Amino acid sequence: MSEHHDVYHLTPFKTYMVVFLSLLVLTVLTVWVATVDFGAANAFIAFGIATVKAMLVLLYFMHLKYEVTTNRVIMASGFFFLALLFIFVLIDIVTRVPVESTL
Amino acid sequence: MSTGKIIRKDGHYAHHFESAEQEYTSSKQGIWLFLSTEILMFGGLFVAFFLYKGMYPEIFHKGAESLSWIYGAINTAVLLTSSLTMALGIHYIQKGKNSQALTQLIITILCGAIFMGIKYVEYSHKFHLGLYPGQMFSGETGGVENLPLYFSFYYMMTGLHGIHVLLGMGLITWVAIRTARGDFGPKYYTPVEGVGLFWHVVDLIWIYLFPLLYLVE
Repeated sequence: MSEHHDVYHLTPFKTYMVVFLSLLVLTVLTVWVATVDFGAANAFIAFGIATVKAMLVLLYFMHLKYEVTTNRVIMASGFFFLALLFIFVLIDIVTRVPVESTL
Repeated sequence: MSTGKIIRKDGHYAHHFESAEQEYTSSKQGIWLFLSTEILMFGGLFVAFFLYKGMYPEIFHKGAESLSWIYGAINTAVLLTSSLTMALGIHYIQKGKNSQALTQLIITILCGAIFMGIKYVEYSHKFHLGLYPGQMFSGETGGVENLPLYFSFYYMMTGLHGIHVLLGMGLITWVAIRTARGDFGPKYYTPVEGVGLFWHVVDLIWIYLFPLLYLVE
């Protein structure tokens, strides 16, 4: 979060290993959770775990945690507009009223 | 008033930049812009997948039966490993240990090859069963109408991702050769970092593709 961005940020070897092991554990967890029936919640759990994994990759492997604000905003805008697309498609579909043809 | 932390071996930078550091930060900003468009490109496919899955759940349920989660899980582990080795490759270049960096980059390329090998096994099994996309479909529908729609999504999404893996492998080969040649060091490694960011996004997309295709029914 430092405002004066270091051109260099050297992530320690240990951090990479901890992140990698966490990613593997989360992968095992997501496979295991899929075998348990939580009904409709299964999908939310699966994509929730995927989002935690994605955040780990973005923050640590891609160094977004130490990146300048501009680059963080650029990446966030991609996800923002994707969410916008998803929400409006969803609204369109669920608010449709079936109409019988009058022809 | 550049402190000149980032310097190429020959000490130069492109003339339209104020300093070597500005060249470095501009390059990285360009990569991030490109990566956000990658999210949007794959995101469109994800939204379409959710949309059709919501409308025709039986097609997607039946289609998912042809996938084995074990292949998906192995490929997830392979790509996560490759992301680690890519990050370590940059880590070692930052420390000036080019030969160790080269080893990590080569492991990354090998992981990409293993990933594509497993994808090849999966694809050939489906081709054998006639599970082609759209009109080319010649397999068993199991009474589910329009089952080929599932395979149109499956091949489009995994295929586009596979092309990214192949491109990434090519780009990593390029930076690996340059690393071996001694082009990079703690003061200049912009291309390795850019390629690394691209490779991590390829991993990121697979992190979502795995539950989408293999786990969620």
